[in-house]
Amino acid sequence: MNERRRILLRRLSDSAGYWIVPAVMLAGLALMPGTPWVTLTVAGVAMGVIVFMAAAGMSLVFGLMDVLNFAHGAFITFGAFVAASVFAALGAWARADALPLNLAVVAAALVAASIVAGAVGWFCERVIIRPVYRAHLKQILVTIGALIVAEQIVPVIWGGVPVAVPRPETLKGAFLLGDVAIEKYRVLCIAVGLVIYAAMYAALARTRIGMVIRAGVANREMVQAMGYRIDALFVGLFVAGSALAGFGGVMWAAYNELITASIGNQMMILVFIVIIIGGLGSIPGTFTGALLVGLTTNYVGYLLPKLALGSTLLLMVLVLLWKPRGLFPASGG
Amino acid sequence: MADPLLALDGVHTHLGRYHILQGVDLRVPEGQVTMLLGRNGVGKSTTLRTIMGLWRASQGQVRFDGLAITARPTPDIARLGIAYVPEDMGIFGNLSVRENMVLAARSGELDDGRLRWVFGLFPALQQFWLKTSGTLSGGQKQMLAIARAIIEPRRLIVVDEPSKGLAPAIVDHLAEAFRELKTARTTLLVVEQNLGLAKAIGDTVAVMADGRVIHTGSMADLAADERLQTRLLGLSLESHT
Repeated sequence: MNERRRILLRRLSDSAGYWIVPAVMLAGLALMPGTPWVTLTVAGVAMGVIVFMAAAGMSLVFGLMDVLNFAHGAFITFGAFVAASVFAALGAWARADALPLNLAVVAAALVAASIVAGAVGWFCERVIIRPVYRAHLKQILVTIGALIVAEQIVPVIWGGVPVAVPRPETLKGAFLLGDVAIEKYRVLCIAVGLVIYAAMYAALARTRIGMVIRAGVANREMVQAMGYRIDALFVGLFVAGSALAGFGGVMWAAYNELITASIGNQMMILVFIVIIIGGLGSIPGTFTGALLVGLTTNYVGYLLPKLALGSTLLLMVLVLLWKPRGLFPASGG
Repeated sequence: MADPLLALDGVHTHLGRYHILQGVDLRVPEGQVTMLLGRNGVGKSTTLRTIMGLWRASQGQVRFDGLAITARPTPDIARLGIAYVPEDMGIFGNLSVRENMVLAARSGELDDGRLRWVFGLFPALQQFWLKTSGTLSGGQKQMLAIARAIIEPRRLIVVDEPSKGLAPAIVDHLAEAFRELKTARTTLLVVEQNLGLAKAIGDTVAVMADGRVIHTGSMADLAADERLQTRLLGLSLESHT
């Protein structure tokens, strides 16, 4: 009997990544049934998918090449400020009471931000990261330096005061689902985030390049010994990860509606927590970790407001005590 | 004598401040199985890693089919037709057995005939084809590691301690697989501590000590000379059979 219970517990622990998010949602439902639960769950999932977008690229870069890139926050920041510029430039479309035009503004911001963040990422990889491959301490120093420089460049371009990023007209406010008011923009965030997660998951699971990336996360050296030029692949992955962080920056900017040059830096704390909880280099892990962080922040903020600030750190500590390699560790075999 | 497929001349390798290889001279004849033997820590694995470019030779030259590969990047060396099976097997534990094999087939899709041949050597791989490879047993992982190396015809297969930590029955199975590769005139360079396996599959042998090759010859001659085994390896085949 004890043996059966031990096996059951081990299986439950091994599959934690698959059931932990529904379990947290159910716990939330038990503690705050009804309207608050729905509102907070939608808010938590929306926040989670935005953090996922910001964190996914960094997780793969860290997992594949063992590169600690603190400058990743700069890509989020540039994405957010490019979004502000696009929203301002297409102000007439943003203010129009027409969903297609409003969505076109968001799409334009996403495209522009991903191009700018991708270009900044490419420059960062060539000039800052490449000389310090395989030297963690130097990576930390130079990428923190790059983040500081980026934070100083932003006021030069966009001014030193907080910039407003008003949501497009039809994405403002909420719609009613029974008695529950659900913010329209949060639904858009969830939709965009789910599409990106599904696309990334499919690309990693079904394509040869995806397979090489997953294999590289598990054992980079062996991938090279099989004849794959992983360094070249890494540049592409770095640029794509930077562009995705720019995506996250856009969605986060309109989520907060007011941004400062430190938006990326502030988000990096959540990004690191998500990557560590999920397991380095794992996209399902990053997604699960991001949802956990989003839900925990919102639930705890409602139930125990004084604990809100520390809730994500506490979550990370608890997960690491339970599963030291994260919820979805990229196994080296 | 024909030119060897692989030749190392005066190869030195440093790892940080450690001088591991101190002038390795080695010849691997085409179509034969060359065993690289020696006590622990003499530089056998470092020799293989230096051949693959995973660690750089600080001095000397590595030539493959007459081509200098000493300074080439690892992927370029592999693309010349050299497969490498590391000591830790290098399995991608987060990928399925099938995905591990698909990645190993550099030309693209898996060749059905070749795959059937591999399944004939290692039936367990067919059984666990869609299973995550990280959940395989040690012996199954070693079979997968070797299967990856032979899923396409290679000019040279470099294997580091294939029998390490495996049960005798699995080692016998691996020996069978190596014998079949031998009949196909596949060139192999195998680092091995198990003298029984070395005797069973080896044609030629090189024995290392202190970062150098101190003896070369036929495996049969070494297997027949117990005093030489004791002098070079500190053990004799008798104690392994």
